[in-house]
Amino acid sequence: MRPIKPLFSYGPIPTYRMLLCAVLAFGLMFAEHRFSAVETARSHLTSVVAPIQWLVSLPSEGVRWSAMAISDQQALIDENGRLREQLLTLSNRVQRMASLTAENIHLRELLNAPNPADVPYITAELLSLDSDPFTQQMVINRGRRDSVYIGQPVMDASGLIGQVVSVSAYTSRVLMVADANHAVPVEINRNGLRFIAQGTGQLDTLNIPSVPATADIREGDLLVTSGLGGRFPQGYPVARVDEVKRESSQAFMEVSAEPISQPERSRYFLLLFPPERPEENLSGPERMARQVVWPGDPAHPDAHRISEEALTAALELQSAEQE
Amino acid sequence: MGPFGYLFVWFTLLLAFCLQVMPLPDAWLVWRPDWLGVLLAYWCVATPQRVGVLHGFVLGLMLDLIEGAPLGQNALVLSLLAYLFLLLYQRFRVYSIWQQAVLVFILLGIAQLVEQWLRTIYGPISLSLEFLLPALIGSLLWPWLFTMMQAVRRRLGIG
Repeated sequence: MRPIKPLFSYGPIPTYRMLLCAVLAFGLMFAEHRFSAVETARSHLTSVVAPIQWLVSLPSEGVRWSAMAISDQQALIDENGRLREQLLTLSNRVQRMASLTAENIHLRELLNAPNPADVPYITAELLSLDSDPFTQQMVINRGRRDSVYIGQPVMDASGLIGQVVSVSAYTSRVLMVADANHAVPVEINRNGLRFIAQGTGQLDTLNIPSVPATADIREGDLLVTSGLGGRFPQGYPVARVDEVKRESSQAFMEVSAEPISQPERSRYFLLLFPPERPEENLSGPERMARQVVWPGDPAHPDAHRISEEALTAALELQSAEQE
Repeated sequence: MGPFGYLFVWFTLLLAFCLQVMPLPDAWLVWRPDWLGVLLAYWCVATPQRVGVLHGFVLGLMLDLIEGAPLGQNALVLSLLAYLFLLLYQRFRVYSIWQQAVLVFILLGIAQLVEQWLRTIYGPISLSLEFLLPALIGSLLWPWLFTMMQAVRRRLGIG
């Protein structure tokens, strides 16, 4: 005969366990802030939960695959035609690019300016977008094995996506430019004015703080990375200004911009390896000082000065070509 | 509850975990019910002797690892959630199912609120009342989930 179950059963008193868990949790949060050993442990543990990450990405993969399998021939033919067209446009641009690059190198040599090196890259594929609505992050399928490092810039086909914030053996996590915790130094492509573009937490909006009311900034201006700060290489498109609010009584304008990259639609990304890789074991200000050359920098007196002879030579060349 | 029953508990918890971290389009994310919270709540109410604070802690740590949240954030929130439900499970047994749903909403809401507080410690976030939506939808699902799980449990003879 089974014993009669009591109506109210008393389990173990959970208060002590709760206290233990709270202490452990706060301890972990604190330790992660202070000790780098926890970060290492975390990257190993993340490799342990990677199977779950892979498992939960299966349904969306399946949907994508079956959408391709059942899409009719006409749609495929259309897509093929579109891609061919795109290929033609792009290869046309590449041809012009080759001659422009050659010309650029030539002119830079005339001005005695150093040639910017090509930035090497590897490609990466999206594993999962963040499942948390309040942060903008994603996981990609490259990790420590591919020498990905923390702080590495990530691009998609159209613009800057963000930077790597943590690395495990086979995957890494990317903080997107639109995250409220992200900021990137930018300049206006048209006139070189420099600002900071801050994320807002919304995927389609960046905020540009501290823009003086007199600054020459317009709707539609392209913002590219300025290369200051030494983390992102210079000249990659970040966002397009979509709203400039001027109020005559205010000293600053409210400017918002829309990111150019499309993290919601892209599946493939580029991980850049900028030539000046951040050095380890340097404090923040020191690291910046080593990598940024600012106008008037005593260590690089001629960094931003164009020599008279070079300018004359360039002008002579230009007039010779016109004749 | 035998070892089979305990395996079943972990199976359902891991299923809820997968639903919780399943990638979704960005606009749908706030509408995702708090699967893990609801299921943990169910097991805390149904078998308070077996499932409790430590389960919440372990699942929370896994969630932290996958979401890239600071280690311990979700662990604290989920163990707190389990604790609250363990304190109140005797009341659940005398409440009607919709009263239970209201209580579930309040407790899940408290857990979400604590999570938002922890987030603000770590830096700027975009604040809005949307963070209560997962708790609301989770509590609306509660009557169905509760009835279904009870039926499954009876069928399998667990607990």
